[in-house]
Amino acid sequence: MDVLTPRSLEEALRLKAERPDAVPIQGGTDVMVELNFDRARPAVLLNLNEVAELRGWSQADGKVWLGAGLTYSEAMEPKLAEALPALAEASRTVGGPQIRNRGTIGGNLGTASPAGDALPPLLVCGAEVKLASVLGERVVSLEEFLVGPKRNVLAEDELILGVTVDTGDESRQTFMKVGPRNAMVIAVVSLAVRVDGDLRAAFGSAGPVSKLVRAELADADSFPQRVAEAASPIDDVRGTASYRRHALRILTKRALDRCLV
Amino acid sequence: MSETASPKLELGRVGDSTPRIDGVPKVTGEFAYSSDLQAAGMLWGHTVRSPHAHARIVSIDISEAVGMPGVHAVLTHEDVPGEKRYGLEFADQPVLAYERVRYYGEPVALVAAEHPEQARRAAGRIRVEYEPLEPVVDPERATEQDPLHPDRPTMSHGYRDDPRPNVVRSLLIRHGDPEADGEVTVSGVYEVGIQDQAFLGPESGLAVPDGEGGVDVYVATQWLHVDRDQVAPCLNLKPEQVRIHLAGVGGAFGGREDLSMQLHGALLALHTDRPVKIVYNREESFVGHIHRHPAKIWAEHRSTRDGKLVNVRVRILLDGGAYASSSTAVTSNAASFAVGPYAVDNALIESTCVYTNNPPCGAMRGFGAVQVCFAHEAQMDKLAEALDIDPIELRLLNALGPGGSLPTGQKITGTLPVADVIRRAAELDIPEQEELPRDPMRLPGGSGNTTRGEGVRRGVGFAVGFKNIGYSEGFDDYTAARVRLDADGSAEVHCAAAEVGQGVANVILQVARTELGSSDVVLAPHTTATVDSAGSASASRMTWMAAGAVRDACRAALEERQQNGGKAVDVERIYRHPRTTPLDPETGQITGERAHVAYACAAMRVVAEVDVELGLTRVVWIGTAQDVGKAVNPQAVTGQIEGGTAQGLGLALMEEIQTRDGLITNASFTDYLIPTTLDMPPVVSVLIEEAEPDAPYGVKGVGEPPTVVSTAAVVAALRAATGRELTRVPVKPDDIVGL
Repeated sequence: MDVLTPRSLEEALRLKAERPDAVPIQGGTDVMVELNFDRARPAVLLNLNEVAELRGWSQADGKVWLGAGLTYSEAMEPKLAEALPALAEASRTVGGPQIRNRGTIGGNLGTASPAGDALPPLLVCGAEVKLASVLGERVVSLEEFLVGPKRNVLAEDELILGVTVDTGDESRQTFMKVGPRNAMVIAVVSLAVRVDGDLRAAFGSAGPVSKLVRAELADADSFPQRVAEAASPIDDVRGTASYRRHALRILTKRALDRCLV
Repeated sequence: MSETASPKLELGRVGDSTPRIDGVPKVTGEFAYSSDLQAAGMLWGHTVRSPHAHARIVSIDISEAVGMPGVHAVLTHEDVPGEKRYGLEFADQPVLAYERVRYYGEPVALVAAEHPEQARRAAGRIRVEYEPLEPVVDPERATEQDPLHPDRPTMSHGYRDDPRPNVVRSLLIRHGDPEADGEVTVSGVYEVGIQDQAFLGPESGLAVPDGEGGVDVYVATQWLHVDRDQVAPCLNLKPEQVRIHLAGVGGAFGGREDLSMQLHGALLALHTDRPVKIVYNREESFVGHIHRHPAKIWAEHRSTRDGKLVNVRVRILLDGGAYASSSTAVTSNAASFAVGPYAVDNALIESTCVYTNNPPCGAMRGFGAVQVCFAHEAQMDKLAEALDIDPIELRLLNALGPGGSLPTGQKITGTLPVADVIRRAAELDIPEQEELPRDPMRLPGGSGNTTRGEGVRRGVGFAVGFKNIGYSEGFDDYTAARVRLDADGSAEVHCAAAEVGQGVANVILQVARTELGSSDVVLAPHTTATVDSAGSASASRMTWMAAGAVRDACRAALEERQQNGGKAVDVERIYRHPRTTPLDPETGQITGERAHVAYACAAMRVVAEVDVELGLTRVVWIGTAQDVGKAVNPQAVTGQIEGGTAQGLGLALMEEIQTRDGLITNASFTDYLIPTTLDMPPVVSVLIEEAEPDAPYGVKGVGEPPTVVSTAAVVAALRAATGRELTRVPVKPDDIVGL
């Protein structure tokens, strides 16, 4: 197995164009699990840890830019947590401290798991994903980016640069995640809710992709039911479809109680 | 000792709290576990396993694998030079499968190669053609299906003759008048899922050929000599040609009683004449050892209106999986303790274990007593409610104690302070409910941030349970220790007792220092090469047995040295606990004085908060009183209580191996969840020290009672919080919500 370690974004994009089979790796919290369990043996890994352009975050004009290399620990730091509280709450639920120090938002987008914890908070904040290849950049909404379980629209020569999210003016938001134990779980079901002129909810682990549901403020009473109905959960080793739907109703109700004050 | 030597840990005597001798290296990461072993010229072994729960093996074609780069050996059942089958008690398990496979993950072939990746690749080129067979997966139907073992390996061992197919053992205990009526009757059906030991150190070890036809195996195990006695016949070697040495054990809990890589590593090493290392990965580990028996228990309790138990009728069905392992003893234990630590004059108990194509089950901490405790304690609470009696009072009213009898007719001759542990646990102060708002970490759902107090209700639960110490039913249970005492007073102790994290190494040293009156004592490596068997680090027996053997050897060494005028001596002594005899196969009654050696009991009180709308739980507080005989190392006892409690809490709330048609569907720590520190509250432990008359220093084993009671106690708290029956563990959010 070759490991390519570019030192700049330009080099990274060139290498990805030359070796489209290269699997990008940043924190490795998803990729290394696949390797360790012998489920994947990619010919090439593209190690993005030395690409400075992917790191960090910035804020301007009611928008926040999150580099693909932003870790969950970084997303929990006070300044960013203030701008994006639901993302910070979601980050707090990811694994243990070591995993949060390594795992990244870009990795969550790249894996595109229906259980990706960062995805619901990003969806309710209108995230737009910036992708790049040697041919140029493009921006797609997160809703369009996610196309199926562990599938996204990333082309084989493209890399994820990061996401732009809208912090809103009077935004109130929260994130909740249900698991059978009180830390370090894959979501049985998760939910982000944001109230900012309208109602937005996005759920995880309750359908093939994380999905955004919107409603007018006036429809708050029926919103929990609407969110539950928008889900298409399944029975699996982590939980049942009926529980997931039930929990979404409860969570949405509680989230609205938190956000509608 | 020279002055420049690093300062020795100051180990105390029997009764002192002493720090673990392996504590610092484990915490700093310097401890060598069995997976860390290396040898010059070492090859890596890999096991090819069955993807089917039940299939006929049509053919095995290794030709492609043999020529792969780096490959030194590809072995199948045809390469096993001796016995083709082995087993802890019954040789019913193939070294490598032939004719058919009976469980998902059963070993079929082995590869040794220069690099683990080469071994894995070669394993992928072994072509095994299977003809899938209908798996036996429903234990309630197993006795009507085709036998998985037509030769019935557990027959003619003195057990009750049950001619139904797939019965591993069935035991019937008839006590008093099993038809006796009471004034009040409560009944229930209870289920326990498959729990895994979930030790962190996967199965691993290193086999090294000795150049003379024999082999040394360095492995994480629980009983070195029984490994040797299973390995040698299959290799067609004499026992002394196989030497088993204990490597660093990363947890055991019963899961290392059966062989894992020992035989396979030895086969590959002898075949290649190179050291061979085998390390299972996490997924493989889930099929690499046996699990706790899942159970279904039908219970009926009849009592007087005053709450005195009149008759307890219990039927227990255990799923043993594909091979016998220690199922026959688990079956018996479940029956022995089905009533709980209560006196009852009449009982009818049937305990049956069946073969299926589900994951094989065997020893796990609590060993049959965990499953029945969950049932009998639910029943006692149900009875208390039906009678409108305080549940603690009901337990005290029926508490078993010295002089009382078990349903097997065995009198309690040693200590068994059941009423005392109940009272002491019941009188512990429980914490006040914390104010809201709170950090979500202190609410059900924890970091998931799912409630700020909505839906949260609090419940307090209680349970009491007990279990035997030592091997039972006539097993010749002994431990050897050897002491080399030099003229200068320094001593070296040899004992093959496996240090599996329970702290027996400290116990051995504490006993030796106490007996020899000297701090200059070292513990030699645990091995079959220098000392006779220690028996298993199982059944809460190792402290008792090792203490007895080391004590006797030390005293003999001192005496011998005195006699020979102070010259160096080297003595070995065998210690046996009081002999037991089998149960009558027809009545389940004792045939001598005792079928069990002794017992230990524990009572536990649990406070839990439950989010009844989402079905999530936070266990807030646990208090327990445990009968420990004599605490050799009180700090270690407290550690055992806390760890054992966490393991029982895991079974109550989350731990279950899930299967579909016999295939494990959650073989990872992502989906097989064990409690984190956020799930496990602090534990208040009260140690009840009442010396056991037959035991050295009055000790009792302490590892299992907390696991026996904590599952029952946690679920009792959940019932109190939710008002739901919760008859199955692990309790799922769906059960709490009522979906």
